[in-house]
Amino acid sequence: MLKSPHLLGIKDLDAESIDLIVKTAKEFKEVLNRPIKKVPSLRDVTIANVFFENSTRTRLSFELAEKRLSADTINFSASGSSVKKGETLLDTVNNILAMKVDMIVMRHASPGAPHYLSKHIKANIINAGDGTHEHPTQALLDTFSLREKLGDLAGKKIAIVGDILHSRVALSNIYALKKQGAQVRLCGPSTLIPKHIQSLGVEVSHDVKDTLQWCDAANVLRIQLERQQIKYFPSLREYAQFFGITRKILDELPKEIVLMHPGPINRGVELSSDAADSPHSIILDQVENGVAVRMAVLYLLASRA
Amino acid sequence: MTHKLILSSPLLEITISRLCQELIENQIEGIETVILGLQPRGIYFAERIAKELSKHLAEAPQIGQLDATFYRDDFRRRDPVSPNSTHIPFIIENKRVILVDDVLATGRMVRAALDAMTAFGRPAKVELCVLIDRIYNRDLPINADYIGKSVNTLSTEKVLVEWTEQGHDADKIWLITHP
Repeated sequence: MLKSPHLLGIKDLDAESIDLIVKTAKEFKEVLNRPIKKVPSLRDVTIANVFFENSTRTRLSFELAEKRLSADTINFSASGSSVKKGETLLDTVNNILAMKVDMIVMRHASPGAPHYLSKHIKANIINAGDGTHEHPTQALLDTFSLREKLGDLAGKKIAIVGDILHSRVALSNIYALKKQGAQVRLCGPSTLIPKHIQSLGVEVSHDVKDTLQWCDAANVLRIQLERQQIKYFPSLREYAQFFGITRKILDELPKEIVLMHPGPINRGVELSSDAADSPHSIILDQVENGVAVRMAVLYLLASRA
Repeated sequence: MTHKLILSSPLLEITISRLCQELIENQIEGIETVILGLQPRGIYFAERIAKELSKHLAEAPQIGQLDATFYRDDFRRRDPVSPNSTHIPFIIENKRVILVDDVLATGRMVRAALDAMTAFGRPAKVELCVLIDRIYNRDLPINADYIGKSVNTLSTEKVLVEWTEQGHDADKIWLITHP
């Protein structure tokens, strides 16, 4: 059983809880391969997907996970809602809860928004990404996909390449990987690597070829131009020259590595098309596993009500 | 707490052999029989049944494992039960499915298992085979077609089944009474 009724971040999760979620997700992945992919577990549970920020994968994945568990779902997106009229976050969510909603899946541009909410409302809260802070279900599905490929992650070498500074996926993944005993190396231009990040027990490198030679798996992140108010590197072309991963680089490595990307991919920037579509890539497995992992999280949190 | 032995070798082997004779007797012409052991503890009994059946039949019956955790009716009403693996490496459509469990008590687990099984197709016939039938403990109108031993128990008592496959020295079925 999970210790908290909410999933706010990987930081508050222990290794045992990560194991429990992965183990439960494995059984849900089997369910998703049945002729009838639906189980009745959450049939008396209502879930609101509250998205204050854009999303394709995460939102579809959560919605599908909820439907596969037979939950009732409502969707809310900030654009076209009363948020534009000046309604506060707490008022918005309390109005949704007044309609007898049991769980909230929330994405918000402000770091800590789900933590704030969890202190003021009575419902299970799942963080589907809060600004540049955490994206716990993404890290869990990355863990699940990595374990499928590499087995136990203790001692394994995992690289995270790209825009670490703006990435909630990076922070959640660092927590998740360190808790499972993996070695983590971050790689990117020094402007996109947060100062003092080594205090989380990770190595930092600015040489992508050397990092790829070192690692068993590389999680490549998107350059988040929408969050970059100043110029962190001269041009996308220059970034692609120095940090872009191509099929040629992958083929020159002494061993085969696992290539991941949380999506959406900027093809030709952090990953070339021939690398993204290469047999090294498990990007679409990550998407498939995302539904099973989110089913596991929803199932385990719902049981805590 | 008192332990009372209610079934063990060699009577257990005789019981399994008798159940298999009954299963063979009720075979349906032209319809394949498959076995589904219910997780977590029915799978060992299912393996014994399959092994014994294969001694008497030209072709050993196919055997699978079914977990009904996600179909339980007590979710959010008690602490969650961890799911076990479901593994059904064959099609159950239009076949005779024998659901196998170690103990039948309230019948709720069988109800959940019937739901879980339906996700894999529509069998021609479904039958239930249990090693121990705890009579008078039923919450639902469910009964077994093949019964190893019927025992009259109180709902406060517990039936414990130990298999050598689980690491025990011998196969033993106990009735545990709390004072």
